[in-house]
Amino acid sequence: MEKFIQLTVSGLTNGMVYALVALGFVIIYKASDVINFAQGELLLFGAYLAFAFIAQFGLPWTLGVLLTLVVAVGIGVLVERLILRPLIGEPIISMIMATIGLSSVLRGIVNAIWTPVPRAFPEFIPRTDLYLGPAVVGADRLIAIGIAIVLLVLFTLFFRYTREGIAMRAIADDQQAALSMGISVKRVFAVAWGIAAITAAVAGIILANIVGVSGNISLIGLRVFPVVILGGLDSIPGAIIGGAFIGLLEAYTGGYIGQGLELVVPFIVLMIVLMVKPYGLFGKEIIERV
Amino acid sequence: MECGVYFTTYKDDMALRRKPLEKLRLALFAALVVIFPFIASPYWLNLANQIALATIGAIGLNILVGYTGQISLGQGAFMAVGAYGAGVLTARLGIPFWLSIPIAALITAAVGVLFGLPSLRLKGLYLAIATLAAQEIVEWTVVHWTSLTGGVEAMVIPAPRILNMRLNTDFRFYWIAVGMAALTALFTANLFRSRVGRAFVAIRDQDIAAEVIGVNVYLYKLLAFGTSSFFVGLSGALLAHYRTIISWERFTLETSIVYLAMIIIGGLGSIQGSFFGAAFMTLLPAFINTAGRALQSTFPAIATVLPAVQQSIFGAIIIFFLIVEPEGLAKLWRDIKNYFYVWPFSY
Repeated sequence: MEKFIQLTVSGLTNGMVYALVALGFVIIYKASDVINFAQGELLLFGAYLAFAFIAQFGLPWTLGVLLTLVVAVGIGVLVERLILRPLIGEPIISMIMATIGLSSVLRGIVNAIWTPVPRAFPEFIPRTDLYLGPAVVGADRLIAIGIAIVLLVLFTLFFRYTREGIAMRAIADDQQAALSMGISVKRVFAVAWGIAAITAAVAGIILANIVGVSGNISLIGLRVFPVVILGGLDSIPGAIIGGAFIGLLEAYTGGYIGQGLELVVPFIVLMIVLMVKPYGLFGKEIIERV
Repeated sequence: MECGVYFTTYKDDMALRRKPLEKLRLALFAALVVIFPFIASPYWLNLANQIALATIGAIGLNILVGYTGQISLGQGAFMAVGAYGAGVLTARLGIPFWLSIPIAALITAAVGVLFGLPSLRLKGLYLAIATLAAQEIVEWTVVHWTSLTGGVEAMVIPAPRILNMRLNTDFRFYWIAVGMAALTALFTANLFRSRVGRAFVAIRDQDIAAEVIGVNVYLYKLLAFGTSSFFVGLSGALLAHYRTIISWERFTLETSIVYLAMIIIGGLGSIQGSFFGAAFMTLLPAFINTAGRALQSTFPAIATVLPAVQQSIFGAIIIFFLIVEPEGLAKLWRDIKNYFYVWPFSY
């Protein structure tokens, strides 16, 4: 029973990190129908930027994080402007390959500047262990959950009440109609990429705090696919619930079965979900016969 | 110079190579291919073998992605099935190498059809993610099925021999690799002149319209997955016999991406393009390495960043081609040919 509680707690906390990463996916997909295969590398970039500002330049962490976020927004907007905008209207494979190419470029830049050696991340989020009944949980993970929930609420409100958010939903619904209503699609895409880059940077910093700064951070970009598919590619609550589900699934298979099976079970679930309910639990269904 | 195409019989019109210049170019290329191994250094011969094997894999992927329009991120997994299939058949079951290659290719075709099943319900983005899952699942299986594949340790298989002659030297293997690549290209060229191939293209262009005109979309999609995987598996099996050492690191998602890059840079839905892309993606890292080594004497620091630079250039080239020339090198080649076709009166 103690093991069960421990696994549940660690599964849920991992799941919230997944959810945070998934959030970036969802925002880009919601606005522009693009799956960003470079999300993991945006995380990586964010983590290394924060590492450089705080550990290498010795800035106070508040300033370091702030600068990281500013640079991240710059990168997000730049990517949208230079890579995605010329490809608007191109087939899906072009979009996919463009973001894959981007991921390769970003990883190359990170490796060239910082070399692939893993390093310790400066501790400004406390890593002390807290005891919840019989289960142990790191304070940093609780903070991750907190941030994920705050971002979730913020983005839900954003999509419901702000002009930008409503414009984003309108574009996702019908680009032409949105254009004819005077919405600037370009502007909204730029905003979406900026926001996605921010969430990626935040998730990168949190992840680096948990596992250290290394190339492995980008791997989570792939591990998040089951989360977004399960929750639905265009659903923010779906990202949170999908994250929690996949996090728990990994924790339970890892804890009770082992053998590295926790690495592959999410992908089997992904296959099943795609076959049975391709739009996920909360995704918007597009009825289309294949 | 000829300045137009005038056919007087249907036979001429339907021929694989229709124009005298096309025949001439093909003959020149064939002559070059035959002479090449006698004049090339082992380094270049090795590269040529890699290009030939990559061409087979790229044509295989192009059948699925370029001609049928089904996006696949599972190329690495299918190559792994071909390579490990051939390896297990020869090293564990003692089947002669020449028999292991077609069997391994057929096994890969079966696995391809299995992982093609999601395509019956999904397309586009969702299919890409389903094949990504296939890639992860196969990769995991290869690494964890230790009793069969040797797990993370490399699997060593005996060198292919005929009449006690080792075939996997660069020079001897060249003929196998190039021969298979030529057969693959010929088969594919003819496939898309047949009913089956036309059905693939119809599905790519408009799947609903294809269904309306009587194409069994489900059947032909699975057939496309099977045909494509057959050649991908062939490429993997040949690679296994060429290297005689198989390790899972050669068949990761990176491999899938490299092959997708090949067919995008070369040209989607083009056999020539598959060759151009395979050559380009094989020669590019070799070129960057050589350039890096040449610069190393002046800038010693370059050795540490070289892999990273290579990675960045790889990504940048993909993006460059997508934005500037989405139809790839094959389109450039076509433009050049067309320019000279009516030269010097190109207006």
